[in-house]
Amino acid sequence: MRKLFLGATAYFLTIVCSFAQSPAQDTTAYQSRKLKLDQIDLVSSYYKQDGNNSAVLGGIGTEMLTDFANTITLSFLKTDSRNRQHTFGLDMGIDHYTSASSDSIDPATVSSASYSDNRYYPTLSWGMRDEARKYAVGAGASISTEYDYFSRGAFVSISKFSEDKNRELGLKLHVFLDTWTVIYPVELRGFDTPAGRVENPDAHGKKPRNSYNASLSWLQVVNKRFQVAFLADVVYQSGQLGTLYQRVYFTDGTHSVERLPDSRFKLPLGIRANYFLGDKFIFRGYYRFYTDDWGITANTFDLEIPYKVTPFVSISPFYRFSTQTASDYFAPYRQHQKTEEFYTSDYDLSDFTSHFGGVNLRFNSANGILGIRKLNTVELRYGHYNRSTGLNANIITLVASLK
Amino acid sequence: MKKVLYKLISGSFAISLLSCQPVKEYQKMYLNDAEMTLSARKTQQSEMNFMLYREGASGANGGKTGGGCGCN
Repeated sequence: MRKLFLGATAYFLTIVCSFAQSPAQDTTAYQSRKLKLDQIDLVSSYYKQDGNNSAVLGGIGTEMLTDFANTITLSFLKTDSRNRQHTFGLDMGIDHYTSASSDSIDPATVSSASYSDNRYYPTLSWGMRDEARKYAVGAGASISTEYDYFSRGAFVSISKFSEDKNRELGLKLHVFLDTWTVIYPVELRGFDTPAGRVENPDAHGKKPRNSYNASLSWLQVVNKRFQVAFLADVVYQSGQLGTLYQRVYFTDGTHSVERLPDSRFKLPLGIRANYFLGDKFIFRGYYRFYTDDWGITANTFDLEIPYKVTPFVSISPFYRFSTQTASDYFAPYRQHQKTEEFYTSDYDLSDFTSHFGGVNLRFNSANGILGIRKLNTVELRYGHYNRSTGLNANIITLVASLK
Repeated sequence: MKKVLYKLISGSFAISLLSCQPVKEYQKMYLNDAEMTLSARKTQQSEMNFMLYREGASGANGGKTGGGCGCN
């Protein structure tokens, strides 16, 4: 963890310092058409949670978890002979996380499945914007790998905007083809028979999980100070959707692994609305309605009010409220009947309300920040999350953008 | 109460959208402000990720809606 932290810090500092140098003058005639590095974004965050409803232990026990996440995004620009602008993105993400409850999958081992693990997730993307024909297209591919999970993702997108750029209609199709390595809780990896212990054939191998997302968006300028976006996603997931190392305890005291349907259909609908009030305040509002065929219905409200202390510094308090109904398959510890077809004691699928509040600080200057000429934007954000099930979390995020 | 709230919100938006005014590029000083973008901030990247794990609901926010990780 310490090595990773020092490594990430040194890496970030190297990049930041390299941007403090003066760039060489390029006097070639076709400079604008060359592929050039336009922006580097560095995002680093630390997340910590605790609660007492561990899904691994069937809805009881510690949910202590920490996650130190770092991503770097390089954006390259190029203008082609038809004056279309191409953007190439290269993302690299590394998470280091620890999870106390995951260690309960096999308490006999010093460190089991993901007591402490790293996740690596690179992404490549391309976008093209044609101002003359008023459209934009994009595509990308990603992978994500960790101890027991491997994911491949790909997306394509298209959007069409109006002549005055006051309206934009967009469609994005995203697919994830994922593979789980099956891990059962240690005591369920075999059966005791009169002839001795026999291995559980279900407790080995790999299982697929596929997700297909279609996102539709409509952006509309209402007037000089007000704009809105309507967002709709249609999501279909299939494969191994239950987590096989999460236990469920039945009323008779026996237990098994979580069992959930092998398909899920989700329908989230959202609205974003931003309003600039006077010269100092911005109101950033968001509302989402969500429903799925597992019985969850949710409503989420979010309001952030950036206050511009100066044109280059803003402070933004924010508050988010969310409420959801429980999944049809959820019941707490020892409340499921053995006769049920599907069961889970994962409190993420339970009935709850959540509150999330904090503050975002933003520093922006075209002339550089802290003496680093190309350090264009620095943002720091802190948030506290509280869920009615007793789960609490804190998250702090730092973003530096070099342009 | 919920119905009244929905009607109020949808009514306000319908009125707002019906009264859309044409805004020219040189009039977009406020709309082009970095904090007026109709998407989540870069600083929200990680918190959107943990909410994807910690809540049953996800999506319609420009982020992931499931898949690509070991949860949800």
